[in-house]
Amino acid sequence: MLSFTKIKVLSIYLILIITIFFASLNYKNNNLIDKKVNLGLDLQGGSYLLLEIDTKPLVNQKLQSKVIPIKKLLNKNKINFENFIISQSNISLTIDEKNKKKFENLFFKKNENTINNFIPEYNKFELNLEFNKNVTLIQFSNFGLVNLNNAALKQSIEIIRRRIDDVGTKEPTILQRGDKRILVELPGIDNPERIKELLGKTAQLTFRLVSKEDGFGSEKLILSENNEELTVSKRIVISGDNLIDAQPQFDNQSNQPLVRFNLDRLGSQKFGRITTENIGRRLAIVLDNFVISAPNIREAITGGVGTISGGFSFQEATDLALLLRSGALPAPINIVEERTVGPDLGKDSIDAGVFSLIIGFTLVVIFMFIKYKIFGLVSNISLIANLFMMLGILTLLEATLTLPGIAGIILTVGMAVDSNVLIYERIKEELKTEKSIIHAFDTGYNKAKITVIDANVTILIAALILFIFGSGPVKGFAVTLGIGIVTTLFSAYFIARHLTSVIVLNDKQGKYFKL
Amino acid sequence: MNNTINFSEFFKVANIFSLAAVLLSVFFLFFKGLNYGVDFKGGTLLEIRIENTNIQIQEIRSSLNIPELGDVNVKQFGKEGDFLIKFEKNANENEKFISELKNIISKKIGSAVNFRRVESVGPKVSSELLKQGLTAIALALAAMLFYIWIRFEWQFSLGAIVALMHDVLITLGIFSILSFEVNLSIVAAVLTIVGYSMNDTVVIFDRIRENLLKFSKIKTNEITDISVNETLSRTVITSLTTLLALFSIFILGGEILKGFSFAMILGVIIGTYSSIFVASPVLNYFKVTQKTLLKDDDL
Repeated sequence: MLSFTKIKVLSIYLILIITIFFASLNYKNNNLIDKKVNLGLDLQGGSYLLLEIDTKPLVNQKLQSKVIPIKKLLNKNKINFENFIISQSNISLTIDEKNKKKFENLFFKKNENTINNFIPEYNKFELNLEFNKNVTLIQFSNFGLVNLNNAALKQSIEIIRRRIDDVGTKEPTILQRGDKRILVELPGIDNPERIKELLGKTAQLTFRLVSKEDGFGSEKLILSENNEELTVSKRIVISGDNLIDAQPQFDNQSNQPLVRFNLDRLGSQKFGRITTENIGRRLAIVLDNFVISAPNIREAITGGVGTISGGFSFQEATDLALLLRSGALPAPINIVEERTVGPDLGKDSIDAGVFSLIIGFTLVVIFMFIKYKIFGLVSNISLIANLFMMLGILTLLEATLTLPGIAGIILTVGMAVDSNVLIYERIKEELKTEKSIIHAFDTGYNKAKITVIDANVTILIAALILFIFGSGPVKGFAVTLGIGIVTTLFSAYFIARHLTSVIVLNDKQGKYFKL
Repeated sequence: MNNTINFSEFFKVANIFSLAAVLLSVFFLFFKGLNYGVDFKGGTLLEIRIENTNIQIQEIRSSLNIPELGDVNVKQFGKEGDFLIKFEKNANENEKFISELKNIISKKIGSAVNFRRVESVGPKVSSELLKQGLTAIALALAAMLFYIWIRFEWQFSLGAIVALMHDVLITLGIFSILSFEVNLSIVAAVLTIVGYSMNDTVVIFDRIRENLLKFSKIKTNEITDISVNETLSRTVITSLTTLLALFSIFILGGEILKGFSFAMILGVIIGTYSSIFVASPVLNYFKVTQKTLLKDDDL
């Protein structure tokens, strides 16, 4: 175990030099290789948000949109129906026994189906049809729900990204987590309240006429400005989908902040027609079930450009314009987890972490030197190499260093010497019976090998499970612990062993060293 | 180290002691339970720094004792003027909850307040995190059981798992008795303890196996004695260096790592004890001999 071929020695130190090179990238900016250890949010400060979409309203909304096509289809094919009821999650109706087969065929038609979309990915329809005694039930199939959910999640991520980019956050991370959640990481943000408010709003914008009398086709909504209750028609004139741009502005006359918007071609035509036909009536501008304002239509607006004023501050107008530009979220979003660390706490954590690393390292190094003298020195050199290699591999992988991650490095310092301790204690035992020093070192390394591997695999297993189940900062701990084990094995069995062999082979009688 | 210690003489006393400690821990875990942090219980946590260090903790407590905030818990956190405030409510339903909370605190305290950290976890996420944590620990135990089983014999595997359960239960039991907070980092600590304790046990087991194959005439308890003695200096030195590192985190690593490093320190001490006094006796009870090892080779 003490003989090394030249090529072996060369490759050992080449690997060491490469990792040290990568470690050094953190200290100097260069343009060639742009790799660095990322600091976790707990060290650099920032905000972590976990969002969950609530698809229940979306299911209902989608069912609502099926009502007219279903009725049209039934009428067109002369299928009589009654008791047409739409509830939260299904539509029920009664149709004659003789028409059931006919309806079923229309319902599950693969081509040109106006009511039930076929999902090619799953080879299934989005809606299910169920015939009970008197009631025919239409509801979303599991595949339909999954499809709806996935589409909503994808769209939500897109819109959230647009909103966050629009605020001008640096390097945000926006990722899907599971089938209902979105993870948002905002480095450097210590007060995410504004972003949270922007993300919390669905921003469904609709323009609808205020109607005079209550009725089936209208609903009561509150005007935010003065809490006035308005009866607003359910028919949507135009919606946020027709918007192509929105900007905050000051009104020329009153100097009040307002939002100016541009409509697409279709929206402009519709808006022009409705405003022409309804001069004198009030038009309600509804955002997420609250009326922002309900101005009188004084003249026809045909140019596709309009303004919304609602007694906003300029900040509110800016936010509203941003929300309108980025589009509406398909479903409401809840913030189910939030973790925010201020930049000064992050800095304090780095300082405390690095300080305890230096102290822990120094204590271990002193201990090892006192205990094993020259071989303690060897072990200490390999410990330093170990630290550089850890940093180098972290850089190579562009891993994220967290506060528990730093704890993992310190813990590695404490445990890394174990391999050398195991080996040296073994060699000591061998020296008791073995006369040849070289032979004792050789068998010592050999016999300790299995134990060292067994002992390290156990910690590697723990690190692996932590990596799979841990979240955020804890994952950072698993990363440094796991990498630490690999570098520890390398530095004990290659670097320390090589240095030991140099000493032992040059001093065969053991005049200058003692274990 | 020439003077050997007859560890097996102490095994009985140690095992009675361990059993009592485990039972006491289980009793506390069952009747008192663990003091879960916001990670596992849900709620909101704020770490604040107040410029005016004359403000006493009682003042903060009484000023935040208003019905709309629900149950509030305030404690000193490290330096003077640093406090940790915990609320049972979370920001799940209301995205303005935290900004409202900050306003109330700033107004009530009346001095400049620096909000250093905010954590808010909803009930669904917290119960998921708890479930994940428990699964991770169970899986780690199972993985260790399996690893030792393929590397050694089932008797070794059983001894290792008994020692691991012993370590985990007593560590958590101490957390229950002291009402120390259990959060995600404590789960990380427990998993590392599992790894560390296993590491210690494996080193001794490796030596027991080696000695069993070397000496066929010696009784099991003498073999374990010899093996524990032979590896003793390594066990002590490694525990010492690990504890040096851990104490430096505990004392200097800042408030956030206190709980984690405390759990690890407990775990390393208990783990070192258990690999000698819990894992090894199990082999004696099962009368593991050279035959046990050789039988398997014939299969």
